[in-house]
Amino acid sequence: MATNRRDFIKISALGAGALAITKPVFGWLPDFMKNKEPMDDSKAKRFPTYCEICFWKCAGWAYTNEQGELWKIEGNEDDLHSNGRFCPRGTGGVGMYYDDDRLKTPLIRETVDGVQRYRKASWDEALSFIAKRMQEISDKWGPESIALFSHGSGGTYFGHLLKAFGSASITAPSYAQCRGPREVAFNVTFGSQLGSPEPLDIRDTQCLVLIGSHLGENMHNGQVQEMSQAIDKGATIITVDPRFSTAASKSKYWLPIKPATDIALLLAWIHVIIYEELYDKEYVEQNTIGFEQLKAHVKNNTPEWAYGITTIKPDLIRKSAYEMAKASPSVIVHPGRHVTWYGDDTQRMRGVAILNALLGAWGRRGGFYIPEKFKLPKFPGPKYPKPKKTKSDAHQGKYNLADTFLSNGICEASTINIERDFTYKAWFINGTNLIETLPDKKLTEAALNQLELVVVIDTMPMAITGYADVVLPECTYLERYDEIRVSPHRIPQMALRMPAAEPRWDCKPAEWMARQLAHKVGLSEYFNYESHEELLDWQLRQVGSSLEEMKVVGVKSFDREFDDLYFREGEVPQFNTNSGKIELYSTELEREGFDPMPVYTKHPEPPAGFYRLIYGRAPMHTFSRTANNPNLTDLMDENKIWINPKVAKQWGLKNEQPIWLENQDGVVSSFPIKVRVTERIRWDSVYMVHGFGHSNKQLTRAYGRGASDTQMITNVMVDPIMGGTGMRGNFVTFHVEKPSSKEEVAL
Amino acid sequence: MRYAMAIDTLKCVGCSDCVVACQTENNVPIGYCRDWIVEAVDGTYPQLEIELRSERCNHCDNSPCVRACPTGASHYKEGGIVAVYHNECIGCGACIQSCPYDARYSHPEGYVDKCTFCYHRVEKGQKPACVSVCPTNCMYFGDLDDENSDVSRMLKTRKYKVLAPEAGTKPMVYYLI
Repeated sequence: MATNRRDFIKISALGAGALAITKPVFGWLPDFMKNKEPMDDSKAKRFPTYCEICFWKCAGWAYTNEQGELWKIEGNEDDLHSNGRFCPRGTGGVGMYYDDDRLKTPLIRETVDGVQRYRKASWDEALSFIAKRMQEISDKWGPESIALFSHGSGGTYFGHLLKAFGSASITAPSYAQCRGPREVAFNVTFGSQLGSPEPLDIRDTQCLVLIGSHLGENMHNGQVQEMSQAIDKGATIITVDPRFSTAASKSKYWLPIKPATDIALLLAWIHVIIYEELYDKEYVEQNTIGFEQLKAHVKNNTPEWAYGITTIKPDLIRKSAYEMAKASPSVIVHPGRHVTWYGDDTQRMRGVAILNALLGAWGRRGGFYIPEKFKLPKFPGPKYPKPKKTKSDAHQGKYNLADTFLSNGICEASTINIERDFTYKAWFINGTNLIETLPDKKLTEAALNQLELVVVIDTMPMAITGYADVVLPECTYLERYDEIRVSPHRIPQMALRMPAAEPRWDCKPAEWMARQLAHKVGLSEYFNYESHEELLDWQLRQVGSSLEEMKVVGVKSFDREFDDLYFREGEVPQFNTNSGKIELYSTELEREGFDPMPVYTKHPEPPAGFYRLIYGRAPMHTFSRTANNPNLTDLMDENKIWINPKVAKQWGLKNEQPIWLENQDGVVSSFPIKVRVTERIRWDSVYMVHGFGHSNKQLTRAYGRGASDTQMITNVMVDPIMGGTGMRGNFVTFHVEKPSSKEEVAL
Repeated sequence: MRYAMAIDTLKCVGCSDCVVACQTENNVPIGYCRDWIVEAVDGTYPQLEIELRSERCNHCDNSPCVRACPTGASHYKEGGIVAVYHNECIGCGACIQSCPYDARYSHPEGYVDKCTFCYHRVEKGQKPACVSVCPTNCMYFGDLDDENSDVSRMLKTRKYKVLAPEAGTKPMVYYLI
């Protein structure tokens, strides 16, 4: 018998199972980590950084040992994003640096004897290759035919390069694949977007309503911390989720909603709040327009009406509404983050915005505070040329309310179409694994096939690197400077990221790459400095600080200059909407030809034998980008498919049994996924964590571990208002053996 | 002086930050851990409950592992912290078998390893790595003999339980429920 019994307990504790810890992978460890005794931190050095493992950008300290080797990362106590406490991903950030599967050298695609392959290239060769192609494409098609997809700090510098080159086509999948609908909904309602981090006053709230947020499983650090503070202070949490999420288990009320019916629930809540006169009357009267229209609009949306749609009992709908009203205005109906679900997402988020408005939460303590962002002057340089094409060209006049280029819009406009006079010819892709990020892989591949230049800048050989003409290995955030972080918060703050270690192999910072490219395409005047330090120091000195000071403190806070954190007593605030008021009835949506108030429409349901695919996050991973991180895969190295016990019994499925998924369009998962039989999921749905099932063998820890939810998402419902790609309308069925062909898998 | 820990299961989200922070702080090799998360689900949809808790060595007052150790490598430190002298450990695994909490593991270098309550930090007045990293602030550490310590305060005001009380080990990790 083995002396280590932990495996036994972890596996036997069904339904109470802990983390699997059965995978000793020792080879990647630097020698000092094999030390028997803990490090002496008096001999350690620390360097300020802000985290790049997710977009929350927590500021902290990277520690190195006596030999200058990276040891650990901790939070910076002055930082408002982390309050000195990093989440597991940030703490495990060292694994991103130590991952030996990283990209190590520039690569150029070449064809030898009809076979395509990558060959190693020098930086000069790789950048000259790109510069030459950029010029050729620009001469032939115009500079605006080059686009940038970015989800990382490096994108700033490639963005600067492209703008200088004459293209404005810069996009991030975090908009149309994620938070775009709520930004548009809150913008047309309150005249203000939410941004990141969202200005939610969770620490002082008395009631937090989560509808479409699984806070605690998504580790939006500051919000998770504040939720915990709110629990300490006795706040009520209400969670709406078809899955018994971690947050649901902390909630006074859990509404186990039938998926795709959220708008019905929101309308019923609005109905109760209005018709039982529970809204903040003074606030609504002073600050909103369209109340009477809204009242008439929701007249028939009673809890009894919603019950037949949502399966939530009327009593529970009422009680939860009363709880919100009791806490008003210290109540937050959380706007969520990844909200592109069913194609009517802007309207659903309008429901959330309207509810917050009726409860008087916007601009109030315990509701939504008014954030302030620190302003840092830009380094002097010439103005950008005016780009010849705008988002309207890319989107062919659609999605006017989206205030940015859409990733899927650019993707679509990169496929040749005779009805369109403009087609993208080149993509720069920085820090986003587009193949997994964009739904409809076929369309993405079609676009990639037609492009004349694809450059991928990444730290890891993600699937997208396989489509590149040139791959540029970016060093991790722990090995580079980046722009000063100035995100909005309760008070203005700035944070420095500086290298804690030399870049491994031949990796370089994106800033350096963009600057070298600029020199090669004749745009040196836009990068008129010798080193990144010089640029940062210049910026910092304009605001009375310096690089030297920031290296010591990491984070610097300033006093608020503009508004108060909340509306003042007696203040009549102006809102940046058409009417200057909060628009319960949206004149902007009406003008664009959409419903001015949200309407519930029924969405397709899974056919017999199929289950709605719901996906989400695990606290120790960020999308697919951490799936190979040795520290984080040690915590979770594959996803599982959550199946209700009743369903599992019908199918004869057991815990840990590997199964293949097939979706409504006949797409079968490339890899099997293990079953987790759990009461935590409804019988009409299955759940899996996003970001697994990697098909690139170079990701040695991630390859073939679990299944990819993105692969199963072939039905995409586009939001007509802002072009968001709704991904929750996909249904899967199960195969206990790998289906060898379509005929054999017929049920 | 009696070091103890209290963990608030009502706040813990089971994120495993305590696990990875311990691993990096203490150079625990990948594939092993000194602390871990347990998720206990109870009930039938939709009447459900989950208890999430971070588990580790309980630094018991009456430690079966110390008694089981044939070489004296397992010992009590100041404040009741149960620790292992790695150079005196022969890796026989008797302590692993005797621990009702499965808190010890065989280190690939040949000795038995476990949670130390981050003694190297605590003696400098810092908190254990897991406590100081926890994003939900659900872990409290301190001296039970000091009635004003975080841990004493929590145990005075909250309901709590210990794991495997029937083992009679007098564990020093308390779970607030």
